[in-house]
Amino acid sequence: MEILQDLALLFRYLLAGTGVTLAVSAIAISLGFAFGVTLAIMRVYGGCFLSRFALIYSTAVRAIPVVVIIFLLYFVIASAVDLSPFLSGALALGFSSAAYQSEVFRGAFQSVSGGQMLAARALGMGRMQAIRFVILPQAIRLAIPPWSNEAAIVLKDSSLVYILGVPEILRRAEYVSAVTLQPFLAFGAAAIIYFILTFLTNRGLDWLERHYRILT
Amino acid sequence: MSEMTPSSKLPIVRIESLYKAYQGTEVLKGISMAVQEQDVVVIIGPSGTGKSTLLRCINLLAIPDKGQIWLDDIEVTAPHTNIDKVRQRIGMVFQEFNLFNHLTALNNVTIGMTRVLKMKSKEAQEKAMWELERVGLVDKAALFPAQLSGGQKQRVAIARALGMNPEVMLFDEPTSALDPELIGEVLNVMQKLAYEGMTMLVVTHEMGFAREVSDRIVFMEKGVIVEEGPPKQLFYNPKFERTRDFLWKITELYGKDEEKKS
Amino acid sequence: MDALVTFLQRVTPDFLQGIVTTLYLTVVALTLGVVIGLPAALARVYGPRWLHNLAVTYIEIFRGTPLLVQLFVVYYGLPAIGSLFGLPGVGITLGRLPAAFVTLGLNSGAYQAEYFRGAIQAVGSGQMTAARALGMTKMQAIIYIILPQALRLAIPAWSNEAVSMIKYTAIVFLIAVPDIMGKAKILAGRYFNPIEIYIAVALIYLVLVTIATWLVHILERRLAVPEYHLESARH
Repeated sequence: MEILQDLALLFRYLLAGTGVTLAVSAIAISLGFAFGVTLAIMRVYGGCFLSRFALIYSTAVRAIPVVVIIFLLYFVIASAVDLSPFLSGALALGFSSAAYQSEVFRGAFQSVSGGQMLAARALGMGRMQAIRFVILPQAIRLAIPPWSNEAAIVLKDSSLVYILGVPEILRRAEYVSAVTLQPFLAFGAAAIIYFILTFLTNRGLDWLERHYRILT
Repeated sequence: MSEMTPSSKLPIVRIESLYKAYQGTEVLKGISMAVQEQDVVVIIGPSGTGKSTLLRCINLLAIPDKGQIWLDDIEVTAPHTNIDKVRQRIGMVFQEFNLFNHLTALNNVTIGMTRVLKMKSKEAQEKAMWELERVGLVDKAALFPAQLSGGQKQRVAIARALGMNPEVMLFDEPTSALDPELIGEVLNVMQKLAYEGMTMLVVTHEMGFAREVSDRIVFMEKGVIVEEGPPKQLFYNPKFERTRDFLWKITELYGKDEEKKS
Repeated sequence: MDALVTFLQRVTPDFLQGIVTTLYLTVVALTLGVVIGLPAALARVYGPRWLHNLAVTYIEIFRGTPLLVQLFVVYYGLPAIGSLFGLPGVGITLGRLPAAFVTLGLNSGAYQAEYFRGAIQAVGSGQMTAARALGMTKMQAIIYIILPQALRLAIPAWSNEAVSMIKYTAIVFLIAVPDIMGKAKILAGRYFNPIEIYIAVALIYLVLVTIATWLVHILERRLAVPEYHLESARH
């Protein structure tokens, strides 16, 4: 009986990590989204300098493992600002995701046919207006499937902030494993929780995709 | 039940009381027919009446719910029949060609011979060239399907089926996916095959072909055979209103089918 | 300038060893991925119900959980798997490198299975129909007709995975495998200059990935592949 009580306690401790995991993921995905869309716009519609900057950022960041980015950002920021591991990890994840999301949105922008921009300009819209009212709404819908994929990846990559000691699911699983001497159960439970999270996220995003699909 | 022509030989294809339903809708409702050797049977009817399904049941690419099919003396629908062996004796030509994209025209024809019939490579190539000659495409032997026109693709598909030395050839709307000006070359090949004595079952809308080349026309509607008989009978003296109505509609639709020949 | 030279003198030998380890891991993991992933894809598309379900279960589990968690389960968890059945101390103990290979291989296999499945489905069902109509068995049709086309269609997604694998191997430093990151950690601890070390690491990966991408482009052009994009490719 005692064992079961302990186990329940530990499992609840593990489960509490879900909040941290989701928080890190949410911050990373949002930052990635905001920055990613911006980069995509810079890349597709920007002038020479902006476009090239976006290209370099996207190519360079996508060539580096996320763990390296997390470490780099942590050590760089640690020397300048006093940021919590939680925030450094989330931000690092965000900047990394921004590079991948920029590719997603770049593809989406380029998929919206050129005729749409022509028609918008013909109506007298300025470039920014056309992007905002005609291109962007369509591009975002086209982007949902690959974006959902990216969101799921960020959720899974959030486990990497473990290396900064952030008390998310994996870090807690390690603690549970050390305390109970049951590594398989501890990490297995962590895997199951992640699986459920990923599953629910995918379901939710599938619904989003179906709901907002553009019928061509 | 169709009238069997007085013949001492068994029909090469015999279908008895075939039933098939797709997702609740019955597509074949008790089809029975017989095809003699060297017969050219054309099956016509409105879209969705199960004509293609009927054809696909013959080589079990579609599995009937009820009924039996015989190829010569082998029951195709029997549970222990080696269906791969049966399919070697039946040639099929599809509406969408289904040529193997990664192989040249020549290799499309040889692959069945080498891999299924286990022929030696050299023999297979010789026979393949012969079949390509038969369909008039010897000069295209080294080209890939992507480099061929629709009509050429279909003719290679015919050569591929012929390479297996089939006893029966099934044509499932062979010209429906072709641009009008390419239909003729395929129909010509089919006509040649018919005159050479091949047993053929053809599902088509090409009335000219039906009238000129077939020995028998089968009119299907809503999953049953409404009428069948020699072309002269069906076209000029059909027994049923429905037959007359359909033929009228279709000849209007396809209008000047005389011009399409060659 | 002097500082740079000193720095390079200190770190180059270790980093070179790290690079070799990373590349070794990449190649083995990719190979395992194909060996596991291709049959899994075939099982999923053409297998009987039970095999199909088995394949789907494997694929969903390894795609639905983080790579790092999988690594820990394999390296720390498996040795104690016996405790699940009341047998403490009984389990599968793998060394660091084998654990890394197994995890990366199984993980990559699951993703590759999906790329192969996409490619197989892109070939089109008409090809299988035509092959069966000729009298080929299912196996013959798969080997001579489907796979030759599917493998070519899978090249873009597969080569993307291949290049990305270089990045995925980075996490194995967490079980003390001396790859680039592993060596970096040691060096940073030795010389107390994490920022410079990790910048160097970033640059090394950048160079490796760029070279790999370039190589892959050449290979792709050689194999003349039709335009085919899989949307769910990962990083």
